[in-house]
Amino acid sequence: MVGIVGYGVYVPRYRIKTTDIAEVWGDTSGRIGKGLGVFEKSVPGPDEDVATISVEAARNAIKRSQIDPKDIGALYVGSESHPYAVKPTGTIVAEAIGCTHDMTCADFEFACKAGTAAMQVTMGLVLSKMIKIGLAIGSDTAQGRPGDALEYSAAAGGAAFLIGMKNPLATIEETVSFTTDTPDFWRREGEDFPSHGARFTGEPAYFRHVGEGAKSLFKKTKTTVDDYDYFIFHMPNGKFPIAMGKQLGVPAEKLEDSLVVRQIGNTYSGSAMIGLARILDIAKPGSKIFMVAYGSGAGSDAFSITVEDAIEERRGQVPTVDDYIERKTYVDYATYAKFRRKIKALG
Amino acid sequence: MAEQGVAQVWRRIRAMYRIEGNKCETCGTHFFPPRPVCPECRRKGKLENYTFKGLGSIYTFSIVRQAPDDFKRQMPYVVAQVELDEGTRLTTQIVNVDPEDVEIGMRVRACFRKIKEFGHSGIIVYGYKFEPVMKVTGHKQ
Repeated sequence: MVGIVGYGVYVPRYRIKTTDIAEVWGDTSGRIGKGLGVFEKSVPGPDEDVATISVEAARNAIKRSQIDPKDIGALYVGSESHPYAVKPTGTIVAEAIGCTHDMTCADFEFACKAGTAAMQVTMGLVLSKMIKIGLAIGSDTAQGRPGDALEYSAAAGGAAFLIGMKNPLATIEETVSFTTDTPDFWRREGEDFPSHGARFTGEPAYFRHVGEGAKSLFKKTKTTVDDYDYFIFHMPNGKFPIAMGKQLGVPAEKLEDSLVVRQIGNTYSGSAMIGLARILDIAKPGSKIFMVAYGSGAGSDAFSITVEDAIEERRGQVPTVDDYIERKTYVDYATYAKFRRKIKALG
Repeated sequence: MAEQGVAQVWRRIRAMYRIEGNKCETCGTHFFPPRPVCPECRRKGKLENYTFKGLGSIYTFSIVRQAPDDFKRQMPYVVAQVELDEGTRLTTQIVNVDPEDVEIGMRVRACFRKIKEFGHSGIIVYGYKFEPVMKVTGHKQ
């Protein structure tokens, strides 16, 4: 059965507290983190971008899986912050991790769900026996306009999943998607920062698509909330996934372990995938996982996953999500502005 | 716009991305960057491509506080000579550490970073830098 044969993550070392961002814009109440459910967010270093984050996550995935990177037949990088507008990130990753040149590669873009779209495509290629192993990466250095609500959550990080048939550490039983044309969040060509529909990003966008994706997966797999041990919903902030869980009747304790957004913010294409990686770090063999990723514009990808026995022997090889979350250095707003090129005089 | 230097960067991609050098099969010496001839064995030498494991220790280092324009955003930063476990040394930046915490002998591992950009519209050069080895939960020595 098709499944995850390896996975790895990467989260940059720097963090900024959301209260520090709020103070710059005049909110000294200290309540912003609690309101959003985001207390600090990861900040990429000045020499980090989606290519570097993707390579680090992919190297971790390969080391964990112990596969030969030459067996990778397809590599897709999903992101909305690819370093080049034209020139794939994937080729940089493939060369850096030692793939063969006889492979296919492309960059994906679907707001925050480009990485899970890459997972679905590699699943298809593996199931049709066109390739042996596929590498799907979701990675972002998310942009937030200074002073905008997004600035409190837009973070950096990535996750890489190797999809194959042989000795998977978790099998993917089913995946479904729900897609409509809903302009809740966008960035036009050449613009530095995205725009969004404020409250419109909630009910008609996130909640409708994640909700419909989840219901569709329950229906297709003939399962209910009770059949799953862990739930992961895309995390644009700390509030939305919890509200989504309540709507679907998911007990809080089944969602709690995936909520990495509180410590690292919304890593966009990496968000749900890092949540999944954190669950795979801790779940016992036999556990059932329900994940719904969301991408603005808009769509959701839902997955039903079962953890296999092989997972136990693949632990302890590479840093866990928590190892990365705990490795942190706080920066102030000025340093964050310097690193994120918000100081234009520096070029 | 045609750009100068693209071919030069491209030629070094494997060495820069994966620390690919070579090894003389005759005397066992590793080289980075790769050498065309083993300086010891000369014509008796047999050079094979070799990808370094990317682990080593800091041999010596310097903290850069006055940087060229391309590196101003990173000041202060550390440039070090790292002695790789295979025996050869290379010059590299040390990242993911505060400069005051860097020490001679510190264990480091290779990571993948942006080295420089050819302006806003030019190519981006990627390659190795080094960082302190990281904690791995559950890792058994």
